[in-house]
Amino acid sequence: MVSIFLSHAFRRSLPLLPRSDPAMPAPQCATCHKARAALRRPRSGRALCGACFCAAFEAEVLHTVVAGRLLPSGAVVAVGASGGKDSTVLAHVLQVLAPRLGISLRLVAVDEGIGGYRDAALAAVRRQAARWELPLTVVAYADLFGGWTMDAVARSTAGSGRSRACCTFCGVLRRRALEEGARLVGATHIVTGHNADDMAETVLMNFLRGDAARLARGGGLGSPGEGGALPRCRPLQLASQKEVVLYAHFRRLDYFSEECVYAPEAFRGHARHLLKLLEAARPSAVLDLVHSAERLALAPAARPPAPGACSRCGALASRALCQACALLDGLNRGRPRLAIGKGRRGLDEAGPPRDGEPERAPAPDAVPAF
Amino acid sequence: MCQVGEDYAEPASEEPPPRQPGREQKCVKCKEGLPVVVIRAGDAFCRDCFKAFYIHKFRAVLGKNRLIFPGEKVLLAWSGGPSSSSMVWQVLEGLSRESAKRLRFVPGIVCIDEGAACGLSPEARAKALAEMKLILQTVGFPWHVVALEEVFDLPPSVLRCFAQEPVGTEGAYKAAVDSFLQQQHVLGAEGAGDSPSLAQGEEQLSWPCTQDPQNPQSPDRPPTAAQTEALSRLFDSVKTLTAKEELLQALRTHLILHVARTHGYSKVMTGDSCTRLAIKLMTSLALGRGAFLAWDTGFSDERHGDVVVVRPMREHTLKEVAFYNHLFAVPSVFTPALDTKAPEKASIHRLMEAFMLRLQDQFPSTVSTVYRTSEKLVKAPRDGCAAGPPGPRCLLCMCALDIDTADSATAFGAQTPLHLSQTQPPTPPPTAPCCSAGMGRVQGCCGGARPCEREDPRARVIEQLCYGCRVNMKDLGLHRAADPGVPG
Repeated sequence: MVSIFLSHAFRRSLPLLPRSDPAMPAPQCATCHKARAALRRPRSGRALCGACFCAAFEAEVLHTVVAGRLLPSGAVVAVGASGGKDSTVLAHVLQVLAPRLGISLRLVAVDEGIGGYRDAALAAVRRQAARWELPLTVVAYADLFGGWTMDAVARSTAGSGRSRACCTFCGVLRRRALEEGARLVGATHIVTGHNADDMAETVLMNFLRGDAARLARGGGLGSPGEGGALPRCRPLQLASQKEVVLYAHFRRLDYFSEECVYAPEAFRGHARHLLKLLEAARPSAVLDLVHSAERLALAPAARPPAPGACSRCGALASRALCQACALLDGLNRGRPRLAIGKGRRGLDEAGPPRDGEPERAPAPDAVPAF
Repeated sequence: MCQVGEDYAEPASEEPPPRQPGREQKCVKCKEGLPVVVIRAGDAFCRDCFKAFYIHKFRAVLGKNRLIFPGEKVLLAWSGGPSSSSMVWQVLEGLSRESAKRLRFVPGIVCIDEGAACGLSPEARAKALAEMKLILQTVGFPWHVVALEEVFDLPPSVLRCFAQEPVGTEGAYKAAVDSFLQQQHVLGAEGAGDSPSLAQGEEQLSWPCTQDPQNPQSPDRPPTAAQTEALSRLFDSVKTLTAKEELLQALRTHLILHVARTHGYSKVMTGDSCTRLAIKLMTSLALGRGAFLAWDTGFSDERHGDVVVVRPMREHTLKEVAFYNHLFAVPSVFTPALDTKAPEKASIHRLMEAFMLRLQDQFPSTVSTVYRTSEKLVKAPRDGCAAGPPGPRCLLCMCALDIDTADSATAFGAQTPLHLSQTQPPTPPPTAPCCSAGMGRVQGCCGGARPCEREDPRARVIEQLCYGCRVNMKDLGLHRAADPGVPG
């Protein structure tokens, strides 16, 4: 979720109106008509001052949550906090709205074990937790998944000229880790900071990769929580990335803005590049894509089967093993790509993880050498 | 890596020994001929096998879907480009085969002259027209050349959705084919009994070969200069290339449908190839038409009710089409289109095309992956939407409206163009009769927006459009039609 577009150049391209230009006085804020307008909203082109924009942003998130009945009163909400702009804004907005919604918040941060990146991000999360006075829980891959940090996974899947598919592993394992962390703190709902740009990239990516199952599942505002999994939602889903950055700017939020070390390898990069081009040609492209994604109609055969429970860990699963267990199985057996790809041959072969595997993970606190 | 489900083979030990470059390869199908073209990911075909493969694909698509009944009149939409020329050629060849394998419908060709919209000079248009007529006369089907300016003369009924004819069941198709064959047999027996009789039998339900004197749409009546002027002003008033292309497509479709209805054609065939459809699918996604992908890119498109649009070339990639046309000398005419020589970032269509073709270089299965995903789309509202009576249809594209009610969670985020249209300040209307002339047809349909009505006619039009068309409308200079004094 950490975007690569937070470089200085991007900040300069934000639609902030110039501070003082004697030739052209800045317009009045269209809402309060008192303050000088500080920006023009990318979506509607209205000129607003900072305070009114933040108020409008919060009102829209509130509308999304209320109209979609996402977070009922009394919910204990685990916020997936990565230290990046999206989860920072999400946590801040939910804190502002918490009294009105009647919810209580807990921060859950996931430590994937990516050296040189995650430690700095976690420092930012700790600062935020201290400032907001919200309880913070950190769950680490190394603890949950038998010592498999992302760096270890990357080493295990490297080689043979093929891509490392790090993001495949990380995404699945992170969702599992988030679920575990949420249970630890006794949460009833999980929220993540996905914004409209993320949803648009996802639908583009799923079409380009031919992932009909994900297309059928996706769209909509989150999952209601089947089979014992906690309900998840994305309150920022209809806010475009630019507006999230603007909100963070006007509220002076402190967040961590570097991209993950493995991000350049991800296929999502292509979708992101395409999205930026589309946005330049037509500013409403992001919302148009979200609209399209919500209304895709796929054949019943393309949808994934009704979920059951994983035979190993009991979590939600479409097959005998949930994806996380399947991936870990592959890693532990020294065949990391076992669960990636069609058919997943060999998955159902009997065999507990053998000791003494050459690819076995190192000690959890080993620092990877790059 | 990109394709989900892509099979990663076991490590290198199981890889087949690499093919020696430079050594003589044989055609993968017949194992004898010298290959001339490589299809898909490394299948080399010789000339004859390629021809058989190509023709087989065309017939298989038609046969699999069983939508075209024997003796039906089918209009072929020919733009002069390679894909539609190839389609016309396939139909021509298919009709001239031996009786068992012969195609059994009655074709006609329509060609739309879009020169005015693309800004061509009258001389260039005349030249292109002459080339086209040459080819049309060689092909020999009844042909209709229609200038895009005639869209101004379309009656408002063109935007009304006709009642949908019920789709024939399997049994109905088989019964139709059987009765047709019997008919043929009877006609053949009445003749001399050898091959000329088949030709005679064909002529019983065929067309006169030269259509010129009987063709009411004869292009000897060129569009008037005023109409050309009006059309080019309409297109100039559109701000973005994306909206221009969408407008052109909408006008072209309506014109073709009108020609089909006037002359009794019940099917229209368009030459969209696999590559073009994959690009079209991604473009429609980006334009907000996710609800209608199955209609936009599927084999058949029945949203217009009485006339069904069919895409028989949808399994042929552009590469195959190009090679076929080159190897077997299929004639085609190049006419500049709206986006010829436009920079890559000029419109969503261009962007998507460039992106897909670039990605195809890197991941050779991109186009086929997107195409296969498009086959899994169905023509139905998404689960959870009311499965009640069919709702209102979009004025321009004839699809069921996909706008949520105002109190749904997503209505706020994804439907702001509606708010935007209402907050734009009205601009003074310059004299632009073309906009109103073009839109006047539309306004005439939307329940009679009388000139004397004080209500904003533009808002009335907009609320009858689907999401994608609303976003396009923003780019059209429609605020000029907001003046109630403009005649509807």
